[in-house]
Amino acid sequence: MHMADALIAPAVAGTMAVCSGVVAAHSIRTVRLSDDRKNIPLAGVMGAFVFAAQMINFSIPGTGSSGHLTGGMMLAAVLGPEAAFLSMIGVLTIQCLFFADGGLLALGCNIWNMAFYGCFIGGGLIWRAILKGGISKKRITAASILGCILSMELGALSVTIETTLSGITELPFNVFLGAMLPIHVAIGLVEGLITAAVLCFIYETRPEMLKGIGKNDVSGSSRMKRGTVITVIGVAAAVVGGVVSLFASGLPDGLEWSVERVAGEVEGAGGGAYTIAERIQNFFAFLPDYSFPGSESAAGTSVSGIVGSAMVLILVVAVSWLIRSFMKQKQS
Amino acid sequence: MEMADRIHSAIKDVHALDNEAGRDTWLNRVHPAVKLPVTLLFIALTASYSKYDLGGVIRVTVYPAALFILGDVSFGQAMKRLRFVLPFVLFLGILNPFFDRTVMMNAAGIPVSGGIISMLTLMLKAFNTVSAAYLLIATTSIRKICYALRKFHVPKIFVTELLLIYRYIILLLQEVERIRDAYQLRAPGKKGVALKAWGSLPGLLLLRSADRAERVYQSMLLRGFQGEYALKGSEKLRALDLLYGFVWAGVLVALRFVVL
Repeated sequence: MHMADALIAPAVAGTMAVCSGVVAAHSIRTVRLSDDRKNIPLAGVMGAFVFAAQMINFSIPGTGSSGHLTGGMMLAAVLGPEAAFLSMIGVLTIQCLFFADGGLLALGCNIWNMAFYGCFIGGGLIWRAILKGGISKKRITAASILGCILSMELGALSVTIETTLSGITELPFNVFLGAMLPIHVAIGLVEGLITAAVLCFIYETRPEMLKGIGKNDVSGSSRMKRGTVITVIGVAAAVVGGVVSLFASGLPDGLEWSVERVAGEVEGAGGGAYTIAERIQNFFAFLPDYSFPGSESAAGTSVSGIVGSAMVLILVVAVSWLIRSFMKQKQS
Repeated sequence: MEMADRIHSAIKDVHALDNEAGRDTWLNRVHPAVKLPVTLLFIALTASYSKYDLGGVIRVTVYPAALFILGDVSFGQAMKRLRFVLPFVLFLGILNPFFDRTVMMNAAGIPVSGGIISMLTLMLKAFNTVSAAYLLIATTSIRKICYALRKFHVPKIFVTELLLIYRYIILLLQEVERIRDAYQLRAPGKKGVALKAWGSLPGLLLLRSADRAERVYQSMLLRGFQGEYALKGSEKLRALDLLYGFVWAGVLVALRFVVL
């Protein structure tokens, strides 16, 4: 579910980074306020645990295929949603930097899609709601399966919305959603079963490690925390909604943009700044039909535009090679 | 064994990047607080191109191209990382030529549809963004990136966690490798972990990791840990670093907004 930078528009990436940042700030405040300073190293090592556990293949009986763990909900059950969220951000950042699993610009989206839902919805709301009445293996299993499926579905829905808003794919929204949701029910189910198995094991061997039960019960403050979560979702919905309306009204889509440029209907052309820009272009553009509004083709879409760009790139590569061989000669 | 390969290649990747970042080249010496924003700027500008602006995306490719060559960074390693990104990008991009058949230009008499242009643009965007992130991490150690994050006032709790996760990833991956070996010796020919061990195998790893965290914390306290890793180093912002930042920012912004 890791989104790449190539699939995201900066406006969408920025919006999601703000949403994730708000939740991260809330989490940092909560972790900082907790008396247990041990939580920080614990969350760090547990983050590394999630990363390592993601490498384990779990064979799914009767299918011949295998499943993997994402780990957000499991971490939240052990560390609490806030510390788990910070831990997952760390894991996603390392994955992005070291393994190109998800992009740097798309980090805000990935944190939201994979860490927020797993930690706060699965490991927060669902876990607490089901375990409120007491703890048993059945309840742990029910919470894990429900929490993981719900988190996965919300994540898949968010990926679809973010990709569609970014205007990258021609795949219609409903077709894309139809492809994403069913497969993530299956992925969520496997994740839920693994999470349930691990949490039941922890419950049997070291029940005091599980958050939200016994003396680790934080249900006293859960009402407030639930309120915070709902507020965050509300704010996020409003912000995302705002971006949607911006996209719908302010900016034409890529195709309209290109058609506009092909047809030369760019408004405001002819002003002072435009004339200066045209002069600069006249000076720099070495292919005549480069990209003037009103010319036959749009900037990057015309043959001459692409050839020109490729020539710039080749020139830079050639000069760079020359400089490097010069530097190496100088060194030796 | 697929699982063995994944763990092994993950450990190898981290070591390879550590070695790359540990070299003493001019690009490695550029201040991390300059390299990080330049990388982000490049990725944001690349992503900001319209899906049909193939020419624009080709132009900004000068950034990774120049850095790969001038910084003497392994191009092959960067390309290996594309394997994670390409499947999803291909899934979304490959359908564009089928959905979008509007002819947008003629290349030597052959009509080229908008779908083909947007597919190529998407591929090049994937290459550019993956390369930029690789160029950052292959020339900047995680410690330096964390130092830059602190300079930009990212809370120390988060930075400390990032460093801890990074430091323990290799250790825990090696532990998973040992557990997996032990498991496979007892369950020969099995593809993955059987259902009855779904709880106990990762569960034991979790308990051992938690115990390790406890010991780590005790040792950190004994060594005077006050809630933050000491990241202060010799990284001083030089005039050359600023020049690097301003030149790239200028070139990239000009390529994006001025030279059409």
